[in-house]
Amino acid sequence: MGTRSLLWDITKKYLTVGLVGLTISDRYASIVSIRGSSMSPAFNPGSDTNDYVLLEKFCLDKYRFSDGDVVVFSSPNNHKEKHIKRIRALPGDWIETPNLDVLKVPEGHFWVEGDNSVSSLDSRSFGPIPLGLIRGRVTHIVWPPKRMDRVERETNQRLSPIQDRPKFY
Amino acid sequence: MNLFGNAVPWRSIAKEALERTAIVTRFLCLLHVTNTYICTPTLVYGPSMLPTLNLTGDVLLAERVSHRLGKVRPGDVVLVRSPVDPRKSLTKRVVAMGGDKVTFVVDPRNSDRVRTITVPRGHVWIQGDNIYASRDSRQFGAVPYGLVEGKILCRCILMCIVASIVCIKRTPCSPMQVWPLDGFGLLHH
Repeated sequence: MGTRSLLWDITKKYLTVGLVGLTISDRYASIVSIRGSSMSPAFNPGSDTNDYVLLEKFCLDKYRFSDGDVVVFSSPNNHKEKHIKRIRALPGDWIETPNLDVLKVPEGHFWVEGDNSVSSLDSRSFGPIPLGLIRGRVTHIVWPPKRMDRVERETNQRLSPIQDRPKFY
Repeated sequence: MNLFGNAVPWRSIAKEALERTAIVTRFLCLLHVTNTYICTPTLVYGPSMLPTLNLTGDVLLAERVSHRLGKVRPGDVVLVRSPVDPRKSLTKRVVAMGGDKVTFVVDPRNSDRVRTITVPRGHVWIQGDNIYASRDSRQFGAVPYGLVEGKILCRCILMCIVASIVCIKRTPCSPMQVWPLDGFGLLHH
């Protein structure tokens, strides 16, 4: 009888830790690893180790994001994959597509691009993405120790919103 | 009277408070995990799923297991996060999955014009049962599968009676909106 109640106690402890951990990682923050080099040099600058980053989920309450935030979202083509990219345009902004078309980002959607535009599958291929697919915002790099740092918002000068461009008519 | 003397047992009060907080925290975590990964009740109202669902509100049980396993099929009523406003959820029926061709009446109130579209891979085409009063894929296009949040199982009749007794704030004549009862018992907008 002693071992059975001991086993039951251990199981209860593990279950509690599991439930609390799951709740925290769903609602507050979690740590994920990044694969691929579509966000070099901000993440995974070399090909030797993968960065681990802190993903915060408080932003999913009101869905308020800014231009330049790094977010993790489910891929629109395959719901099992998750991608990490930087937001380049918010709902209502105008953006220039690679075909030199000008597109207005629909409401409830956003436009993402990888920092390393050469090897990045992003909104330039699959178009604007609904905000509901976002799973969290990256705030800090937590591993490897020499790269531990806050992740800053970076607005890109190259692809500024259309209203900043000089008009030629 | 010495407050910090032997009369008031601070340590045991603190210990008991901590234990009670731990129990409440464990319960709330269990509630969250059940609502997110197993099943959750949701309150829906609006005209876009008539006659299947009521105009004035229904409490439905949504299960949250099969959409993770990819077992959503045409004909299922699903809970979907709105692609137009991510803070709202919609309840609609899946008409076609990725790769299928879907034929639909674009605007049944004004004309009989019909269109056929191929649903892109990884997306679903959702429509309300009441096509005259529903904002769905005919307006905002195919929806990525990642926005599907659950499959509606059944209607909780007892909860419907309770919900109609309790006074709940709602906007009249709004498109189909769902107010999820989240794990902590609060009605969100």
